[in-house]
Amino acid sequence: MAKIHVSTTVNGEPHEFLCDAEQSMLDVLRGPLGLTGSKEGCGSGDCGACTITVNDRIVCSCLMLAAEAEGQKLGTIEGMAGEELHPLQTKFLEMAALQCGICTPGVLMAAKSLLERNPNPTEHEVRFWLAGNLCRCTGYDKIVRAVMETAADMRGAAR
Amino acid sequence: MTDIQYLAPKTLDEAVRAFAATAGKGRILAGGTDLLIQMRAGILNPGVIVDIKKIPEMTAIEETKDGGFRIGAAVSGAVLREHPKLKKVWPGVVEATNLIGSTQIQGRASAGGNLCNGSPAGDSVPAMVAAGAVVTIQGPKGKRELPVEKVPKGPGRLNLEPGEIVVAFTLPARPKGSGDAYLRMIPRTEMDIAVVGCGVSLTLDKGTVTAARVSLGAVAPTVLLVEDAAKALIGSKLDDAALAKAAAACSAACRPIDDKRGTIAYRTQVAGVLLKRTAAIAAQRAGGK
Repeated sequence: MAKIHVSTTVNGEPHEFLCDAEQSMLDVLRGPLGLTGSKEGCGSGDCGACTITVNDRIVCSCLMLAAEAEGQKLGTIEGMAGEELHPLQTKFLEMAALQCGICTPGVLMAAKSLLERNPNPTEHEVRFWLAGNLCRCTGYDKIVRAVMETAADMRGAAR
Repeated sequence: MTDIQYLAPKTLDEAVRAFAATAGKGRILAGGTDLLIQMRAGILNPGVIVDIKKIPEMTAIEETKDGGFRIGAAVSGAVLREHPKLKKVWPGVVEATNLIGSTQIQGRASAGGNLCNGSPAGDSVPAMVAAGAVVTIQGPKGKRELPVEKVPKGPGRLNLEPGEIVVAFTLPARPKGSGDAYLRMIPRTEMDIAVVGCGVSLTLDKGTVTAARVSLGAVAPTVLLVEDAAKALIGSKLDDAALAKAAAACSAACRPIDDKRGTIAYRTQVAGVLLKRTAAIAAQRAGGK
């Protein structure tokens, strides 16, 4: 079977690639596109380490076929920082809200998506929103506190 | 290299033709949150994957002329949740669909996929059954409609003819004083599979139940519509005696399995308990007590 040709946008840049029908988006990101920030933790949609955005909505890229990316707008962790780090990234460093770092790209992508929709989340809302991001070091408390503090800072900056 | 083919038709007719042409070797792809896992686990090896998300009616939520809603089979839980009106009219359906997996899963997983995966524990299915949803199905022989509770046949099996595709759910118009709710019993608060699920839809007039539908998930080979429980509630003011009778009807309807998630006795007992709790929420939403 011939490879499938896909044209898509990743972090605002147009990309083209060839893939097999059953190849996952994560596989293509990490392989042909060289974007290794998204991690494969479980490969079954449980851990969230492969979280990306598709048309500004978070999904597990391990549970998406690469062929589905045709004409879509993807966002990965590599697109999170501009000239400077995103406030979430800065806060995670400041508060040491990461240990081994495998879950961090996924957590950051999910947290950013939460704050875009809800700039003033409760701790309860943060914990439920991030329920699909597993931290194998079990460092959840610092993650949740860093998201809450970033939200507070960003609200302050926006005032 | 691979011999799997990926198709993304832009119209329903095209999809039906392509799916029928696979002669049973194809699989429909909506959110893919079950399909991709089953493929990776080697449970499924489809020759053709038919992605239905490029078909506009599969991903649209529309209000029907009579005030109901038509929800495309591939609409994700996240899109359902963000619909401004749907959550007010059918909060139970929206909540149930958003109990499926994490935020990331909700970005993809659909009620159509949840139904067609055929799990007796699918969370959106009991809520759709309680809501009285009607499923539109299209196949090589044309279009037909089925009440949602008639679609599942057993675990992983559906009452669909070869080549048929689930296209949409239609939720009826809501009389004044109506409310629905769905609760599931799981040992944790998120990211788990229902041990028991219960959907209730009620219409109240001055505190008296004038219409009711009750459903149960994860207690039988398919999701159940429990008509005896609804009968016990209709005409009552949801007093303790009526709720006890409806709870007993729920327990009596259970034909569960014993597994790591719960025993037969536990599931049977919890079905009754959940009925009472779910009915209370539905009644509150209906503006009763």
